[in-house]
Amino acid sequence: MSVVKMKINGKAVSGEVEPRTLLVEFIREHQGLTGTHVGCDTSQCGACVVHVDGKAIKSCTTLAVACEGATVTTVEGLAKGIELHPMQAAFKEHHGLQCGFCTPGMIMSAIDIVKRNGKNVSEEVIRRELSGNICRCTGYHNIVKAVQAGAANM
Amino acid sequence: MENFNYHRPATTTAAAALMKKGKDAKYMAGGHTLLPTMKQGLAAPTDIIDLTAIKNFSGIKVSKTSVSIKAGTTHMEVATSKEIKKAIPALAEMAGKIGGVHVRHKGTIGGSVANADPAADYPSACLGLGATIETNKRKIEADKFFTGMFATALKDGEIITAVHFPIPKKSAHQKFPNPASRYALTGVFVSQDAKGKVRVGVTGAAATAFRATDIEAALSKDFSAKSATSVKIASKSLMTDMHATAAYRANLISVLAGRAVAAAK
Ligand SMILES: Cc1cc2nc3c(=O)[nH]c(=O)nc-3n(C[C@H](O)[C@H](O)[C@H](O)COP(=O)(O)OP(=O)(O)OC[C@H]3O[C@@H](n4cnc5c(N)ncnc54)[C@H](O)[C@@H]3O)c2cc1C
Ligand code: FES
Ligand code: FES
Repeated sequence: MSVVKMKINGKAVSGEVEPRTLLVEFIREHQGLTGTHVGCDTSQCGACVVHVDGKAIKSCTTLAVACEGATVTTVEGLAKGIELHPMQAAFKEHHGLQCGFCTPGMIMSAIDIVKRNGKNVSEEVIRRELSGNICRCTGYHNIVKAVQAGAANM
Repeated sequence: MENFNYHRPATTTAAAALMKKGKDAKYMAGGHTLLPTMKQGLAAPTDIIDLTAIKNFSGIKVSKTSVSIKAGTTHMEVATSKEIKKAIPALAEMAGKIGGVHVRHKGTIGGSVANADPAADYPSACLGLGATIETNKRKIEADKFFTGMFATALKDGEIITAVHFPIPKKSAHQKFPNPASRYALTGVFVSQDAKGKVRVGVTGAAATAFRATDIEAALSKDFSAKSATSVKIASKSLMTDMHATAAYRANLISVLAGRAVAAAK
């Protein structure tokens, strides 16, 4: 066991972890932030996406110990009080979710896409760059619409 | 996932020493092959030696004649490098087609080349451009590096430090991605250097990446799409799995080589 320290959603946190503890386990089980989901065992679904040092990554495929000193943002860190982040608001407005299981990962990926490609990111780029996030409900059309609308408001 | 001891050395010398000490130690870079493998119980190392804190382990250097990429450089860094886009646009494009965004944010060139997955993309670029793989011990030509399925010329404990790609006159990469995993069902990297020498690196089609020498010979005489597609590749040594037959892959090699020649710049 060793102590790992990082910043999650602006708050300094620390905890004792085993080397094998995954970042997603640290986030969900040690910190009680259950907005980040686990949807697969193969690093393919993207339900676990968070931002580490400003980049969207799969927290199920990252060791907590390797995030010593990192700055992490999860879906809980987006809203300002009761005011949703523009991307969250767009998913609500455009019916970008049904069961909602993939949504935290979709939103974290979407914000990363806009950060790297700008507000006017094209539908083609959105579709290509969401390839690491799987949704089994929506058929993606409304997710893509939501990302475009959210991008414009970011 | 079984537990292990975690190390984060600051130099390759310290990393190599830890490797000697560990009972069944493994290096880790992006962890995007190693951790999924461990989660599935297919690997259970006693020690993980994280290479990402090593000083100067990532970075890109472009000269007049070559592109040098340090081992810890991520796929995203290669895909978005302005210098690489100018020097070898096909290499940046290829890196941009690896997995999804999250995989590109973590996965590294060193990890990909060391792992030598038969469906990985970098091996085709290494062979298709005639790269040199540099380790903490020596330099190895790509032609002698990929020796079999997940097998390379690396000796126990040897660490890849950089991959050097000569800049060709023109090149292109074409990939038929597996729609589920995005790995190459078959991928082809074609280049032609200033002297007209042609190289065709193929991945995803056999146990290991290889050069399609028949297509190279045809393209050396006539660098045209038709010349590539008219070569019939023997399917004997190619792979058949649930995704495609060997014959289908054989056909894909000529088709993709033809598309690459047409797109080469
Ligand atoms: C969902 C998903 C999709 C993917 N799609 C693709 C794809 O389309 N195309 C593709 O090519 N790849 C794909 N990959 C693989 C990805 O590119 C990996 O990141 C890469 O193959 C390994 O790089 P890494 O840095 O993550 O290595 P690690 O997982 O850290 O290491 C892999 C192996 O290499 C060894 N190693 C690492 N660095 C070094 C070094 N410097 N010297 C010596 N040995 C070293 C390790 O010991 C380990 O055995 C995908 C992965 C995932 C999870
Ligand atoms: S839980 Fe599926 S990719 Fe992380
Ligand atoms: S809304 Fe159910 S998985 Fe996407």
